[in-house]
Amino acid sequence: MQLQYFLLVAAALFCIGIYGLVNSRNAVRVLMSIELMLNAVNLNLMAFSNYLDPQTIKGQIFTVFVIAIAAAEAAVGLAIVLAIYRNRDTVDMEQFNLLKW
Amino acid sequence: MNLAEGVQIVSFGILSVMMLGAAIGVVLLDSIVYSAFLLGGVFISIAGLYLLLNADFIAAAQVLIYVGAVNVLILFAIMLVNKRQEFQPVPRAWIRKAATAAVCGGIFALLSTMVLSTPWAISSATPAGDASVVVIGLHFFSDFLLPFELASILLLMALIGAVVLARREFLPDDDFEKAQAEALKLPERPRELVPSGRNETVK
Repeated sequence: MQLQYFLLVAAALFCIGIYGLVNSRNAVRVLMSIELMLNAVNLNLMAFSNYLDPQTIKGQIFTVFVIAIAAAEAAVGLAIVLAIYRNRDTVDMEQFNLLKW
Repeated sequence: MNLAEGVQIVSFGILSVMMLGAAIGVVLLDSIVYSAFLLGGVFISIAGLYLLLNADFIAAAQVLIYVGAVNVLILFAIMLVNKRQEFQPVPRAWIRKAATAAVCGGIFALLSTMVLSTPWAISSATPAGDASVVVIGLHFFSDFLLPFELASILLLMALIGAVVLARREFLPDDDFEKAQAEALKLPERPRELVPSGRNETVK
């Protein structure tokens, strides 16, 4: 088992998350892509924590913080999606153009 | 906590294939409900990878928070906004898809060469393993005390913010008496009172 395997898998997951973030039409799917990217970063942190710093595992501390922030982000993001759905009656990202020039 | 090397390699392969396949399904599938369930698969696979990295506490936290809270929250949101509508096709959407795929492939190639060419300073110390919970607790209450408290304040702010954002709005005061005339009916916007019956009619 090597550090590089985990880093490569995390990089692939991050790229999949970017693709979904840009190309999704549904607003909920955009939030799911953001969760994918956050999980890729978590996997990176955990791999570094295990292979480079196995005694004082500071990467795991950072992962706990990232998980807490991600939970808060998911709650607020889904509340925003609900509010937009009430106002615009759609979840299509292409029609959320209130702040677009 | 160290399993044999072959078992580690095989389980790493299975978990990473499961994770990447489910992630591609999350992004590419048409049905948003399937995407949400596959997202749970991604989270569980990542929890398995954490177990391979000698982090049992974080793996348990991942299952509890992501699968138990975030994924269920996403499913609830899908249930609330599940409007079956065909999205209007955007002209020249394939340019955006191709450009995004090229950028993602480029980022992946860049990251791969960086990962494979960097000489990592691999530590040879034995991992904390089962004592990781104790080490994490010591960190939280000594040198990471301020971020820990700030995270709790941030969670409280997110809680209140989500409630305020998702709350139903009341009608303004001039319409209040008209709405009050109908007994047994809260003064809310009437179209929000029957949000589920519309899904069958709009097709």
